[in-house]
Amino acid sequence: MEEEATKYIWEGAIPLQIKLHESEITSFPPPPPLMILGLRIGYLPLLVPPLKAHFSSTLPPGTDNVWFDYKGLPLKWYIPTGVLFDLLCAEPERPWNLTVHFRGSPGDVLTPCEGEESVKWSYINSLKEAAYVINGNCKNVMNMSQADQYDLWQSLLKGNMEGYLKISSKLKLGPFGEDSLPSEESEIVASSRPSRIPVRLYIRSVGEEIVDIEDAPIIDSWDKISYINRPFEIYKEEGGYVSLKQALKSLLPETFNTNSSQEESSTNVKDPNAPDFEDDNAKLRLVRVQGIEPDMDIPFFWLANCLRNPEFYLHICVFISKQPKLR
Amino acid sequence: MRGVCTRSGSLSAADFYASAIYFSQRWNETNSDFPNWVWIPCSRLGAISEDEGYLVLEKIKLQTERNDSNLELNNCDSCANDELTDEATLVDVHSHDAHLYDLHIAYSFTYKVPVLYFRGYKSDGCHLSLDEIKEELPSHSVEILQKSKWTFMTQEEHPYLNTPWYTLHPCGTGDWMKLLLSSTSYGDKASLIQYLPAWLSVIGQTVGLRVPLELYSPS
Repeated sequence: MEEEATKYIWEGAIPLQIKLHESEITSFPPPPPLMILGLRIGYLPLLVPPLKAHFSSTLPPGTDNVWFDYKGLPLKWYIPTGVLFDLLCAEPERPWNLTVHFRGSPGDVLTPCEGEESVKWSYINSLKEAAYVINGNCKNVMNMSQADQYDLWQSLLKGNMEGYLKISSKLKLGPFGEDSLPSEESEIVASSRPSRIPVRLYIRSVGEEIVDIEDAPIIDSWDKISYINRPFEIYKEEGGYVSLKQALKSLLPETFNTNSSQEESSTNVKDPNAPDFEDDNAKLRLVRVQGIEPDMDIPFFWLANCLRNPEFYLHICVFISKQPKLR
Repeated sequence: MRGVCTRSGSLSAADFYASAIYFSQRWNETNSDFPNWVWIPCSRLGAISEDEGYLVLEKIKLQTERNDSNLELNNCDSCANDELTDEATLVDVHSHDAHLYDLHIAYSFTYKVPVLYFRGYKSDGCHLSLDEIKEELPSHSVEILQKSKWTFMTQEEHPYLNTPWYTLHPCGTGDWMKLLLSSTSYGDKASLIQYLPAWLSVIGQTVGLRVPLELYSPS
């Protein structure tokens, strides 16, 4: 089942329709937009070679400084394409209409991207971080041979799942949660260190009055999105079944604090009497992972193992509405 | 509260908060010449966090090579040949041409250590580039930078503001903090309050931030 899930993720792609920003069109008639598939697990700057080939004849002179926007919002290039799509398109847009720029990247908003090298570095850095979360150190990633690092990256670039798995399995970074399932062995080796899963949460707040999530207003600034890069932690003695719902509650204690008891909110994930989301300060409207809206009772570890990205991070897009205060 | 890990050189988020508050108080008490460190609570989805946030120290002059060398400009023959100096810098560095820096200290939930974020400005408000900053750093920092650019100083998005900042990568922090903490009597939870001053005593040197010695004595 997990192999099928991995295949699903690697094959997932967003149909993109990318036009060149009008200020950079020097020819008439203007060039048509490029229709291209963006891998869900890929990154937008990796599409520059075909984009450059398509638009180069019309570009003004100068050096390239490529960036993308969606309805005016500059896109953060280090976020996987599938995550950007799930987060920014409340109603999935097919094809997804993006604008590419080859000049004038907004340096006050976006960290600079110098092409494939920048993306690769960002990717390896995330992998290191994930390794640190899982193992408490990043030795296995740091000690990768140059050849392995090269092959790993090339596999990701080309969407070559088998090639990727061959190398990533050497890193011994998964599956998540095996050591937190109750068993004789795990109780003997139970340590004070919790199991940690690398998670990146992207949260959009949608007004209470919006009935249909698909009518949510377009995001015009990254200040409207809360980004939380925080591992999900669970101590072995608390272990066992943790649902997606419980995991989200523990990652967002302030957002989902009940009006009554503040103390229960942090690590007590297995409390069967834990209050339901509806009593809390915020109401969960939508949760998306790899374009799927998972059932809230799904075991979190299983979800993480099946739907994580190749750098071992689970990216979760969450749409919430704030509840009006009762008092 | 779990997470007291002096053996690993790391600390919990709650300990970071406590140490940050303690540190900023001691700084403000012992360092009246400098602006104060201010704690900015993290505000997320309309809820202001009680204990998550970051420390800021803004618009300060660092003890950089540039600032130091300009103090000796009266009898410095090489100044004329130095590409960095121009007419404007031959006047008192404390006037209009000083480069100013913003320093932020945030907590990394991944590495469980503090992380320094910084950026520099010219007097006209323009941001300094990485190369311009490197020219100003103390010389031993530059050496380390040259040996391994990617693991030392990088440009990343600030964890709370949606803007790019320069940062000293935290993946090695736990290792050297472990050494630092083991060489002192810090071992119990109460002493973790000293984590941030200890951490800054090392990090501060890499960016030319002087920490007054009085800060390390008990208040």
